[in-house]
Amino acid sequence: MSKRYAAIWFKHLLTDQRIVRRPELKDKAFVIAAVQRGRMVITAASVTAQKRGVKTGMVLADARAIAPALEVIDHKPDLEKKLLLVIAEWCIRYSPIVALDLPDGLILDITGCVHLWGGEPAYLKDINQRLAVQGYQVRSTIADTVGCAWANSRYGRIKAIIEPDGSKEALSVMPPQALRLDDSILERLEKLGFYQIGHFMDMPRTVLRRRFGQQLLIRLDQALGFAAEQIEPVRPVEPYQERLPCLEPIRTAKGIEIALQNLLEALCKRLVKEGLGIRKAVFKAYRMDGSPQQIEIGTHSASSNISHLFKLFQLKIVRLRPDLGFELFILEAPVVEQISQDAMMLWNISGSNDQAEIAELLDRLISRGGPDIVNRYLPAQHYWPERSIKLAGSLVEKPEFGWPVAHPRPISLLHVPQLIDVTAPVPDYPPMLFRYQGQVHNVIRADGPERIEQEWWIQQGLHRDYYIIEDQNGARYWIFRLGHYGAHEHPKWFIHGFFS
Amino acid sequence: MMQSANKMDMVSKLQKDILGLQGFRTVTQSQHTDFGLGVIERSFPNGVFPTGAVHELVSHGRQDAAATSGFIAAILGKTIRQGGLGIWISQKRTIFPPALKFFGVDPDRIIFIDVKNEKDLMWIVEECLKCKALTAVVAELKEISLTESRRLQLAVEQSRVTGLMHRMNPATINNTACTARWQVRSLASEPQDGMPGVGFYQWHVQLLKVRNGHSGSWVVQYKPGQFNHMQKPATRMDRQLLKTG
Repeated sequence: MSKRYAAIWFKHLLTDQRIVRRPELKDKAFVIAAVQRGRMVITAASVTAQKRGVKTGMVLADARAIAPALEVIDHKPDLEKKLLLVIAEWCIRYSPIVALDLPDGLILDITGCVHLWGGEPAYLKDINQRLAVQGYQVRSTIADTVGCAWANSRYGRIKAIIEPDGSKEALSVMPPQALRLDDSILERLEKLGFYQIGHFMDMPRTVLRRRFGQQLLIRLDQALGFAAEQIEPVRPVEPYQERLPCLEPIRTAKGIEIALQNLLEALCKRLVKEGLGIRKAVFKAYRMDGSPQQIEIGTHSASSNISHLFKLFQLKIVRLRPDLGFELFILEAPVVEQISQDAMMLWNISGSNDQAEIAELLDRLISRGGPDIVNRYLPAQHYWPERSIKLAGSLVEKPEFGWPVAHPRPISLLHVPQLIDVTAPVPDYPPMLFRYQGQVHNVIRADGPERIEQEWWIQQGLHRDYYIIEDQNGARYWIFRLGHYGAHEHPKWFIHGFFS
Repeated sequence: MMQSANKMDMVSKLQKDILGLQGFRTVTQSQHTDFGLGVIERSFPNGVFPTGAVHELVSHGRQDAAATSGFIAAILGKTIRQGGLGIWISQKRTIFPPALKFFGVDPDRIIFIDVKNEKDLMWIVEECLKCKALTAVVAELKEISLTESRRLQLAVEQSRVTGLMHRMNPATINNTACTARWQVRSLASEPQDGMPGVGFYQWHVQLLKVRNGHSGSWVVQYKPGQFNHMQKPATRMDRQLLKTG
């Protein structure tokens, strides 16, 4: 069976994508520009902009002179590739072999596929229509070879489908650019007056090679089908997913556990092979009446330990309501990560086994108590007590500098300082007595003040003068005065903590 | 005479067996951690502070809770000195992590679990006590029933984790299966050499109940040593005049 290829050319790939994102741009003149050698150069122009004379490759300043109301969007590197990759994965519906053709096209190997759509015209129509619905203007063509299909999509004028063995005829009327040649060769061809491929197609090969080099011959052969051309198909990432359909509906917790165990074994086997571990997993159960239910787990560190993951799920199985029974189970791992070996050596505790054990313990606690119950703190470079600690991002994070010990801090700190009534001698002595929660405390001993200034670049406000005081019962408190006494100011006093 | 000596041997041997059955393990010299608790340690069986056991600390009121937290932190400082890891479970946490450094604990070696749902509290405490990789588990809770305390005791007998249950404002002090029950109150500090200001922390430490040991009551002063040298004992508990038990 002879090969058949389809080429899809996206006429305005980048600008179409912008319009899909922001429909209000549809009839506006806008360009996508990137910095090249210190100036802004247009990499793509919208249809409206092109009508006004703006072309790709123009310097932005020139384009602005032609069309002053031009809207400029920054170019994102590699956006075409990402975009084409997504479209290519979508195109796998048309053929299992889809290859990228950077910067603005796709090549499909459609051998043996088109009859499913009822012939080549219907096949192309479907592609064009569906892509148009998504907002992309394309021209798609079918031919015997990659080269011919490519040429026809870009430079063909007459018909989209070139019948088998019609490549030579179709190519002969196309310009040499249709052969995907280097600019230098194109220039020479033009100089010699070869405006169509037909002009030089039948010349002796030795002559062509001597004048234009090997590349012309290779491209010509590829387009005519004398030389093979390889395309590299995209491979979609297979999702980390396992399915388990059941013959009989499953209603018991034990049954669900068995299903879960089987799915975990299958999934973890694959993960172990690839050196990955689960960070997040979803267990979906489809009930007979069609209502899907799901439970979800997250782990602290990537794990492919079946018994641990099973335990995490086990805590949540009770949330599933089987009713008439489940007929399909699906286990998905939307987030997987490399299992890192070096993460094992935090806190030099006795061994890596301990490490994993603690991570697993924390996972269990989180799955029972909620995601934010586990906290670990690191010192932060602030004197202001509320800001002097920060949450550690991970369990392996170590403090960048030592914990400060210069000033004593209370073991128990109130989240919000509470107002107290004091009798204090001015200007900056500790109080003689204070009233807190209806009780009067006589101050026997006191230390301080320790002045902590507000950090003006974070927050404006008065400074705090902290005192450590001890009352008649031997209880020790941390209190502060907000601001200082002045002619008119009467600063407030607060209690902030308790010392041991 | 010979017979009575045999009897004494037998009794002491049986007593040791009972200790073993109750979850006490004879600590070999190398494993022995010097808690620096001084005389208090003599109240325990074999004269060793029992790690791998559940201790119960009772406090009433905010100030006593702070003193008890300080005492717990000082014990933590001793137990996780060799590079262990602790967990501090609480519902409404007021512990200020930087303060732990004054008791010889690196605050980043403590994982704080802030339990939101009271129903989960006991489950989490038990789950943590079962984890062999931890050194100590502190839990701030209100009530603990005999059954719950038995479960915790069984968990630590397997895992050898030290459990410190801080009971804040309990309604009643019921019977529990914990190894020891403590009560710590703050006392007025005594600045040295007539210096002004607040001196080292002083506590009134009561050992209300201890299994196979003697209860007692002491006044102790907590004196932070030089934190640069972790080998140096960080606590020095002094037996003082005030003794009631």
